[in-house]
Amino acid sequence: MLSRTADNLYWMARYMERAETNARLLEVAARNALLPDTGGGNRNEWDSVLQAAGTRDAYRTKFGRDAVQRNVETHMFFDRDNASSVAACIHSARENARIVRTALTTQVWEAINDAHAEMTELARQERSTLSTSFMKDFALRHMAHVRGAILATQLRNDGYDFMNIGHYLERADSTARIVDVKYYVLLPNVSMVGSGLDNYQWRTVLHAMNAQRAFAWVYGGEVTARKIVDFLVLNRQSPRSLIASSDGVMEHLERLSRGYGRTTSATSRARTVNAMLSEVTVEDIFEEGLHAFLQRVLNEVGALGHEITTSYLNGEAR
Amino acid sequence: MPDYFNEMYQDGRVREPYAGIEDWANDMPVDLRGMKQSEAEALFRRIGITFAVYGEGGSPDRLIPFDMFPRVFSAREWDRLDRGIKQRARALNAFLADVYDRGEIVRAGRIPAHLVYQNDAYEIAATGFTPPQGIFSHIVGIDLVRTGPEDFFVLEDNCRTPSGVSYMLENREIMMRMFPTLFQNNRIAPVETYPMQLKRTFDSVAPKKCDGDPCVVVLTPGHFNSAYYEHSFLADMMGVELVEGSDLFVEGDFVWMRTTEGPKRVDVIYRRLDDAFLDPLCFRSDSMLGVSGLMNVYRSGGVTICSAPGAGVADDKAIYTFVPDMIRFYLGEEPILKNVPTWQCAKSDECKYVLENLHELVVKEVHGSGGYGMLVGPKSTKDEIALFRTKIEDNPENYIAQPTLALSTCPTFVEEGFAPRHVDLRPYCLVGKDITLVPGGLTRVALTEGSLVVNSSQGGGVKDTWVMAEG
Repeated sequence: MLSRTADNLYWMARYMERAETNARLLEVAARNALLPDTGGGNRNEWDSVLQAAGTRDAYRTKFGRDAVQRNVETHMFFDRDNASSVAACIHSARENARIVRTALTTQVWEAINDAHAEMTELARQERSTLSTSFMKDFALRHMAHVRGAILATQLRNDGYDFMNIGHYLERADSTARIVDVKYYVLLPNVSMVGSGLDNYQWRTVLHAMNAQRAFAWVYGGEVTARKIVDFLVLNRQSPRSLIASSDGVMEHLERLSRGYGRTTSATSRARTVNAMLSEVTVEDIFEEGLHAFLQRVLNEVGALGHEITTSYLNGEAR
Repeated sequence: MPDYFNEMYQDGRVREPYAGIEDWANDMPVDLRGMKQSEAEALFRRIGITFAVYGEGGSPDRLIPFDMFPRVFSAREWDRLDRGIKQRARALNAFLADVYDRGEIVRAGRIPAHLVYQNDAYEIAATGFTPPQGIFSHIVGIDLVRTGPEDFFVLEDNCRTPSGVSYMLENREIMMRMFPTLFQNNRIAPVETYPMQLKRTFDSVAPKKCDGDPCVVVLTPGHFNSAYYEHSFLADMMGVELVEGSDLFVEGDFVWMRTTEGPKRVDVIYRRLDDAFLDPLCFRSDSMLGVSGLMNVYRSGGVTICSAPGAGVADDKAIYTFVPDMIRFYLGEEPILKNVPTWQCAKSDECKYVLENLHELVVKEVHGSGGYGMLVGPKSTKDEIALFRTKIEDNPENYIAQPTLALSTCPTFVEEGFAPRHVDLRPYCLVGKDITLVPGGLTRVALTEGSLVVNSSQGGGVKDTWVMAEG
């Protein structure tokens, strides 16, 4: 297929997933902020998601240093100046989709177009009538609709692979960022590690991923940092885990290699990342430091994205 | 005011082609119609068939208004149109092949040399090369108006890249979806074969150097173009790639497209951009939309460009006057479809007549399109006419004039029931190894009462166009 078409499909999928990530991040902050104040007024739930999303500088330029709920929500949900806000992501996904209408089924296009139309409507509504959970549900519902249409109706050709590669790569990025919020959100002091507050914050991460029940089924009992990291990073049963996302990228890159009869540097790079995630243990991760590990994963994901672009998407393939 | 021909009612009786829909139209309750109308609009918006109007600002996602009242032709009426349109398409292609070769029609003194060779649309780069099958214009859109039961006039020819065919196809889809019983009770000839015939037309003009199945692509200026929906729709329906200039490159003797598997050779390009932008090495050097070196490959038989560069010289308004002569000259036949009488302001005696009768003429720019820069005499104020008079006096070569035609009307849904509104017709004739014409076309309707301007950029709408099947 045309490199440009593959590029549009890949980015369409990435933007859809990114919209979902932002909605989930807001949910993390909103729930953390519900907890009674134990840190003497020194709270940063809303600032933490800005850091995790990597948009704190952009936020401060526009809204100033105070990370207050309403402004953070505006920034991460509605603000079209923020390229990764939910509204901007849906808009970009639709633009990418519009360019490659020919490669999408009617159902997929209509799902994206509806999301865009309803987002435009939502942006006109009185903000005080919109709760954070409503916004999160709105984003999740539409992304599920699009994703479902893709899975149910798209031809299983190379275009399908490029959509899935975008989807899984962005999901890996997303999970790493959501877990990393926990690094940025403050605990009042070191002695609180492992405390009720600490665990509450961890449970929030699960909640944002709609994974509390799944977690309970798999691990039962106490919620601990180690179990959650195992679940969200290393457990293949968990659909948003880093390893599951990496498997998804691998699967579709391998399908491309078989279909095209050639292996690219992107495939090799993906194998390396996949092998790393398959071998690492929870102990290794905490040894290295969770934050350092997640930052390393984010860099690997970025580098893999670059390889995918040069191997398939920028028209230089020979 | 002239007496307009109503295509449905004549002397208080329903004309035969419309017999099958009279009850449908009369019996439709107003609230059902309102519901169906919003359903149709929702469908158009959902599938994304919208239209951007150049230079008007506003939303690029504007819909062209769709009127649900179909426009109907009998099999007998269509048969004549079919022959007339195909005849014209053959003559126009013969003319193009001739003027880029020996120019017999000019040598024979039938058309003045300067109108051809000094025409802005005449491309020097196209001379001395005969494209496959000798075809320059593969899709000929003929704009027709009707003034009486048997009176059809050709308003203009479109030999480059006539647009609107996606509306013809989608209008039919939507009508079938909303009123299935209408289609069960009437024998309406299908139009849905158009994309297949279009693809077949392109396959039949594959270049000499093409071996195996031709690789056809649609070349679009990009998704900001107002007709982008149509480009992507046609590519989709034909099952071919929709490319932009940057997706193509020339290497060696061929044109290639950039794919995820490496370069793939392209044999036929259905371009939806103007000659000037095709190849920065040959035409406008600042074009970012074209492909460098494309013309070299074209001229060496490595790729077919549809329509061929230079095809525009045949649909120029100054050449239009001579099309009946072309038909006689190349085909030895009498024209089946008439031209509208046209005065060339370039000729001083004709210009004098035009200036004296501005209040009852339609004046157009020779190179204009889309209903811009034109004067409809009977509908204009004294000031507008005076303004146009100075424009014509300043630059007479730039204008032609035609009598105000008594455009036929077709019933159209209005606030209360339906009322006559003026319509025109654009059928799409395909020219490759064979000449084909699907039974139908795009009917444009002037939605404002009394208005004669049907252009979608000027508030016109569209209708589904039916041709009743034989017997």
